[in-house]
Amino acid sequence: MSPKTLYDKIWDAHVAHQSDDGTCLLYIDRHLVHEVTSPQAFEGLRMAGRKVRAPEKTIAVPDHNVPTTLDRANASTMTEESRIQVDALDKNAKDFGINYYPVSDVRQGIVHIVGPEQGWTLPGMTVVCGDSHTATHGAFGALAHGIGTSEVEHVLATQTLIQKKSKNMKVEITGKLRPGVTAKDITLSVIGATGTAGGTGYVIEYCGEAIRDLSMEGRMTVCNMAIEGGARAGLIAPDEKTYAYCMGRPHAPKGAAWEAAVSWWKTLYSDDDAHWDKVITLKGEDIAPVVTWGTSPEDVLPITATVPAPSSFKGGKVEAAQRSLDYMGLTAGQKLTDIQIDTVFIGSCTNGRIEDLRAAAAILKGKKVKDGLRAMVVPGSGLVRAQAEEEGIAQIFIDAGFEWRLAGCSMCLAMNPDQLAEGERCASTSNRNFEGRQGYKGRTHLVSPAMAAAAAITGHLTDVREMM
Amino acid sequence: MEKFTHLSGIAAPMPLVNIDTDMIIPKVFLKTIKRSGLGVNLFDEMRYDRQGNEIADFVLNKPAYRQAQIIVAGDNFGCGSSREHAPWALADFGIKAVISTSFADIFYNNCFKNGMLPIVLPQEAIDVLMKDAEKGANARMEVDLEAQTVTTSEGQSFSFEVDAFKKHCLLNGLDDIGLTMENVSAIDDFEARAKIERPWA
Ligand code: SF4
Repeated sequence: MSPKTLYDKIWDAHVAHQSDDGTCLLYIDRHLVHEVTSPQAFEGLRMAGRKVRAPEKTIAVPDHNVPTTLDRANASTMTEESRIQVDALDKNAKDFGINYYPVSDVRQGIVHIVGPEQGWTLPGMTVVCGDSHTATHGAFGALAHGIGTSEVEHVLATQTLIQKKSKNMKVEITGKLRPGVTAKDITLSVIGATGTAGGTGYVIEYCGEAIRDLSMEGRMTVCNMAIEGGARAGLIAPDEKTYAYCMGRPHAPKGAAWEAAVSWWKTLYSDDDAHWDKVITLKGEDIAPVVTWGTSPEDVLPITATVPAPSSFKGGKVEAAQRSLDYMGLTAGQKLTDIQIDTVFIGSCTNGRIEDLRAAAAILKGKKVKDGLRAMVVPGSGLVRAQAEEEGIAQIFIDAGFEWRLAGCSMCLAMNPDQLAEGERCASTSNRNFEGRQGYKGRTHLVSPAMAAAAAITGHLTDVREMM
Repeated sequence: MEKFTHLSGIAAPMPLVNIDTDMIIPKVFLKTIKRSGLGVNLFDEMRYDRQGNEIADFVLNKPAYRQAQIIVAGDNFGCGSSREHAPWALADFGIKAVISTSFADIFYNNCFKNGMLPIVLPQEAIDVLMKDAEKGANARMEVDLEAQTVTTSEGQSFSFEVDAFKKHCLLNGLDDIGLTMENVSAIDDFEARAKIERPWA
């Protein structure tokens, strides 16, 4: 047999039909659904008189525009339009008989956090969702990617996706990370090195010692941002850590089925002599805590650097960088650590898991948020929230002066009332620093949870290593 | 789905790189449960000021480009979220083709599902097309999907690649789900096999 990559193996196991030109029907094991990208798909099904082919493999949860304030049970906290979307999801879940975690359920949260937490996401699966950060689930060695609403409808109706195979790209992070450097710094540094289109046409497999050393939470952070590097999906081969995370989850297999599953999962790795179309290698020890300075996730620099001059770029990037600086209100040559911030946001499917909250709390313990600064923690799910309360982390945040919110996407995309005001500047653990992403004319600096906590204390972008 | 065969239209130049889906259609407009009506909010934050007045120097607000059907764009157009609202908004505005050196994967796929053609060409070709687009309303660019060519107002032609299956669907306005349903027995067979091989999935 010819050697295969992990991607090749998962792909081959899911091809239900292949046409002569290589177009495949890829069978989908798990379809995650949220309120923003699904209403038109369900409407399409209704209009065509179609059913959901595999409701037992379809999981829905509202997350994008639900309020995260403690009074959200009170319907008036939601705008009319948001309520219509959430109500539509309620109704669609009921009418089509799919698995559902409503806003009132403690298990509700960001779809990419709920899937793994409930054991829906397992190694070797194909997972899709009408959301680009579906890449997150690749941390389990699952082939997971975002799809558009037409494709959501296609998967609902047929449980397959029309796909052509992507190319294989290997991103290796060798050696150990230095203290203060996290999964977020890895994934941002990779995008900084490859650009936001560097992964276009590829599925990335992340490997190397620094990746193996990461917890499952950290691996999810890395894969989450594969899409920001342009890749269709990110993957990490499953190992003992993966199995340990999955074991005992509500929808993970049990008993003999578990044993059978693990024995298949153990075959899921890239063969030594597998072919790679592109390889990128970074040294773990070269990675520093990073921040973004611009309005594209590729605008990444170590926290010790200065704001770059647009003239230092080439081609269309010169104009884009100038536009970024104007938008961000920064000048070339300014030290990144001199940038004052108004807001800190800790949360999102990138960094809203328990480990992220622990990392931030470790920096915040016994400290106070800088006067006048708004700081907010939005746990990724109701269960993360509950665990943080049990561990005493919630109290550390509250004592430091953070708002302690309910689960949802919140200020990651600011579809609910959690938004930046015009000109406000935020250190954020989310994944996108696009113009207007966190509010009209809001300014976003992407950072790790520990860096966000450090910035909350000092009121400016800060090298977390000075606080450790 | 509407067929796409041949297009002769005004092309708007947007040389900015990394035009993302948040720029194409800001999230405040994602709260709709419909596909239509998003065209007025296309590029909303670049096109209107906070009071809702048009920003005169934004390309689609210029008289020459108000009827544009083609966008010639900088690298990596459509990066960001999976929101199909982006191609819906473009299509609703009247855009039928976008030409760039590269597109984000999900956006690229989403275009085809909405009768819109994303065209990838090398930088040299984009430079020529961008110049042509800058000529405004009197310059009409031609896109021929059958022949896989883009032609400037001065008759300079560039060939582009497109996946044969996607081309077929676009030329004939075919609906994916209907096509896939023709292979439903293959899906049935796959499920039967998977039940035995991976019963936990
Ligand atoms: S947390 Fe942000 S990136 Fe993640 S699913 Fe929600 S909106 Fe998308």
